[in-house]
Amino acid sequence: MRVVVWLTEGTWRGCVDAAAQNLPPDASVTLLHVTPSDVSEVAEAATAGLLGRAFPRHRPARHLDEVADRAGLEILAAAATRLGRQEAELLHRRGRVEREVVGAVARDVDLLVVARDGDRSRLGPHSLGHTTRFVVDHAPCSVLLVWPDEPPGLESIPPPPPPPLLPAPASPVNIKPRA
Amino acid sequence: MLLGGTLVWVVIRPWGWPEAVFAVPAAVLLLLLGALPLSQAGDEIRNLGPTIGFLGAVLVLADMADRYGLFEASAAWMASGSRGKPVALLALVFAVAAVVTAVLSLDATVVLLTPAVLTAVARLGLRAKPHAYACTHLANSASLLLPVSNLTNLLAFSASGLSFARFGATMALPWLAAIAVEWTVLRTFFASDLVGRGEPQMATSRPVPVFACAAVALTLIGFFVASVLHLAPAFAALGGAVALAAPALVHRRVKVRDLGRALDIPFLAFVLALGLVVKAVSLHGLSSLVGRVMPSQVSLWSLLLVAAFAAALANVINNLPAVLLLLPAAAAAGPGEVLAVLIGVNAGPNLTYVGSLATLLWRRALRQRGEELPTAEFLRLGALTVPPVLLAATVALWASLKLVG
Repeated sequence: MRVVVWLTEGTWRGCVDAAAQNLPPDASVTLLHVTPSDVSEVAEAATAGLLGRAFPRHRPARHLDEVADRAGLEILAAAATRLGRQEAELLHRRGRVEREVVGAVARDVDLLVVARDGDRSRLGPHSLGHTTRFVVDHAPCSVLLVWPDEPPGLESIPPPPPPPLLPAPASPVNIKPRA
Repeated sequence: MLLGGTLVWVVIRPWGWPEAVFAVPAAVLLLLLGALPLSQAGDEIRNLGPTIGFLGAVLVLADMADRYGLFEASAAWMASGSRGKPVALLALVFAVAAVVTAVLSLDATVVLLTPAVLTAVARLGLRAKPHAYACTHLANSASLLLPVSNLTNLLAFSASGLSFARFGATMALPWLAAIAVEWTVLRTFFASDLVGRGEPQMATSRPVPVFACAAVALTLIGFFVASVLHLAPAFAALGGAVALAAPALVHRRVKVRDLGRALDIPFLAFVLALGLVVKAVSLHGLSSLVGRVMPSQVSLWSLLLVAAFAAALANVINNLPAVLLLLPAAAAAGPGEVLAVLIGVNAGPNLTYVGSLATLLWRRALRQRGEELPTAEFLRLGALTVPPVLLAATVALWASLKLVG
């Protein structure tokens, strides 16, 4: 059984713990972290917007890429220690996060472990942010969806809508069977 | 045509040459051809001179503050102050980015604060995107407060006829309104990126550069004192820059060459040359065209119209040329219109960042370098923030004009 555990900042511990509890001992585990490429692009775009400043000393993009990559590798290392499986593979990618994750599970992967990262104050569809939503919708394998912390109670689901005030439409007309 | 050429040159910057390489010859050519009479050019240079001095002093001040470690220290303070909570961190980033932009100009936020913040966020183990957008968005929309906050404000400041203190008092409400709108939109938009808990123990602590903080705070007070004494606020900026640079020079922590680089003379020359080129363009008909667009009396509706028009123009040709083009007509209409133009040209660029002409060329440059194009998120967030920021800030300006007069 091949399993990919997708780690993101803030929620990775929940994923690692779920993997440690639920996966069979012989599963081959890959820990995946994707560094978004668009963060340094945003910083770069802002400097491009400053008309007329050459800034020979400051072109932040490359430096920021290095910092972000290092942070991603640190998460992977911490997760491997927490998981406690010697043979776990560490995979670090950079790009559009949702595409990279789907790409990483495209072949020969049986299970993807993903954490919910949206509104986790109540049970419901908003508990998936749009990147996670894309991954869950597009992953060509089974998905284990993890509450990274204590899930909210059933009472967080809003009550069903009240019954309509108008009387229910009349029951369909019985068509007499043909003689 | 020379204006167009200058703008295209500025964006492409062939062989990495400074922007001034085209703008200065373009201005000289206009003088030689007689398209810009010498007397008019002299007036424009006299007008822009103090502004450019002010700009130079602020550039050096911000660069020196960086060398004293002000930005790294503030990023470390934000990281430990947030205790690893992403929403608390975003709130601190908002506060610091708004203050840095207001006092040390948007350049300081984009070039010096943003990398420091992103490094601190990465060390905390949190997602960087909301904080990156907070810095870059606030660099534009929080640059409304003071004349020093944005080069566009500096250019408009003398034309508006307002004092430094009056400018700040009138723009305080619009500034707060813009920040509040940005907060609401970014907090909601990035809700799923502001999750979990970072590692505050990973945040490195930095000694607070007390001297640099004090010098910047005193410079800020100096702006207002100078304004009360009817002195040019550029002197306060100069004082702050000298106070920071002199000890660093004496202790040989910086060289004179570093100061020269911080001063960025090609940039100052570019601003002057751009001013002359735009002056020539407005002499040949554009200003009467702009004057016709400008409404004749101040009402909430007219201010909104001016801000929206300025924002649109800033997105087509970038905000520096836009403010230079709109300024003469706005100044003739009154300080309210000048400030409305500033709301438009300062907050507007969040829509496309570089102006649409520039965005097109910049995207082409990115593609040539084999880099990915920015996501649609970038533009979507602009479309979500800019219209409400313009609306809220302009309504606040209108209320402020009624209150402050």
